[in-house]
Amino acid sequence: MKRRQPNPAAPYRKRRIGNLFRLREEIPRSIYSAAGFIVPAVLLLAWWAVTYFGLARPLFLPSPGAVLSEGWRQLTEGILLADASVSIYRIVVGWLAATVVAVPVGILMGNFRIFEGALEPLISTVRYMPVVALIPLSILWAGIGDVQKILILFLGTFFQQVLMIMDNVKNIDVNLIRAGQTLGFNNREILMRIILPAASPAIWDTFRITIGWTWTYLVVAELVAANEGLGRRIMDAQRYLATHTILFGTLFIGVLGLLTDQIFKRAGQLMFRWNIQTR
Amino acid sequence: MRGIVAQQKTVTPKVAIDAVSRIFLVDGAPLVAIERIDLDIKENEFVSIVGTSGCGKSTLLNMIGGLDEPSSGEIRIDGVPVVGPGRNRGFVFQSYSLFEWMTVEGNIRFALEKSQISNAEKKELVAHFIQAVGLSGFEAAYPRQLSGGMRQRVAIARALVYRPSILLMDEPFGALDAQTRGMMQELLLKVWEDHKVTVVFVTHDVDEAIFLADRVVVLASRPGRVKKDIRITLERPRSFEIITDAKFTDYKREILADIREETLKVMAQQAGSSIV
Repeated sequence: MKRRQPNPAAPYRKRRIGNLFRLREEIPRSIYSAAGFIVPAVLLLAWWAVTYFGLARPLFLPSPGAVLSEGWRQLTEGILLADASVSIYRIVVGWLAATVVAVPVGILMGNFRIFEGALEPLISTVRYMPVVALIPLSILWAGIGDVQKILILFLGTFFQQVLMIMDNVKNIDVNLIRAGQTLGFNNREILMRIILPAASPAIWDTFRITIGWTWTYLVVAELVAANEGLGRRIMDAQRYLATHTILFGTLFIGVLGLLTDQIFKRAGQLMFRWNIQTR
Repeated sequence: MRGIVAQQKTVTPKVAIDAVSRIFLVDGAPLVAIERIDLDIKENEFVSIVGTSGCGKSTLLNMIGGLDEPSSGEIRIDGVPVVGPGRNRGFVFQSYSLFEWMTVEGNIRFALEKSQISNAEKKELVAHFIQAVGLSGFEAAYPRQLSGGMRQRVAIARALVYRPSILLMDEPFGALDAQTRGMMQELLLKVWEDHKVTVVFVTHDVDEAIFLADRVVVLASRPGRVKKDIRITLERPRSFEIITDAKFTDYKREILADIREETLKVMAQQAGSSIV
């Protein structure tokens, strides 16, 4: 959130490489941003070189060109759009379902010790259970349609999310609650008008982080009985050893995840302008 | 009814702390934070409470505020036992504790929401207190855009705007730099003189305690008890020059000696317990 301005009073230093390696020191913004591009570019170049000079067989590592043309093929044949829309739909519904439950439960757990005592041990235990292992059960319970996929995404998201929201709520200044009590507000009013708005930037951050996790569960969710979806495409490609399809699908999910993250970040900055520290 | 209350005021103190003890359970073992404190505070009196850290001064303040309950004894305000927080008291915390999603004006207006007065009156009160704490021109600013001193001004206005008769302040200027703190002390005195209110002010800054108060109560440590109750007879209105006054330094010497004695006692206890 906080953007640092160059300090005009900082001592003048000669431009030297060594200046970039001072502990905790600011570096020019241009260099900072450039570094973020250079590292992936170098990796890309290395990838290209390895495949171009035949150091790895295409089966193990397809060339960047092959991956790109696979992407183009999926796009022109309409597969990509169909896969993406099905997967995005599952992600959004799965994440929303988790969020709709996690927000009220997390708020109760963060404010009333009785709810925390009752639910925290259970949730902490379930949190460590591997979601993949629940696939057979999820099919028994929810069938093989979209509901089963959404259920997997829900399970992968909810238990982490609810504990994070509990923490978000707990971390607000307790004196805000006391101020509210002194001003004559009742519990419900304090909850809705003080605790909730005070915790909302942190809760929004939790949303941003957890929807990222929902994305990582996509392949798991589409592991069984799916005809379409970005995750399904990757699993199908496994059968034919189509490594270029696998790589493209994985990278594409990464890009969509990054996009989601940026959307949440921007929206948060717009919604919580008051939270930006200017002094 | 009103007549009876008015009559009582002449005999009952504003705040009566009557044989109050507070015992906390720490890892199942009882810890006596406060042991039988008796203290009467008069209407419109400015009382500072000082003591070493952990002497229970904040606990005492919280109990007056109704945010904590005595284990035994009773606190009465205008003769009525305290059973929880209420709008006859205002609280100012060291951490400012502002509603950061509301503007300066919004914070202060929020405090008036439960007041049974017209909107026009509310508006007037908000404007008056914004002006009284010197925040005119910052009505639309958000707390994050303000300096520490300005945030605390908002908190003071918020605590006074609904006209409580008691203002409880828990090290309100402890997080401010020395210069800002001095300015805030003078501001507080002016606001207090203009809007008569009883103030209980917890601090560990002895200069601050003397400069502001009519009375400085020194608490002894572990368990917290009243060690000394000193009447400060420095003239009012006061300005910062009096801190070099001979009378001021006499008070300071006395109080510092008391606190030092308590600190040494606590250190000796800690040394003893760490050997065990």
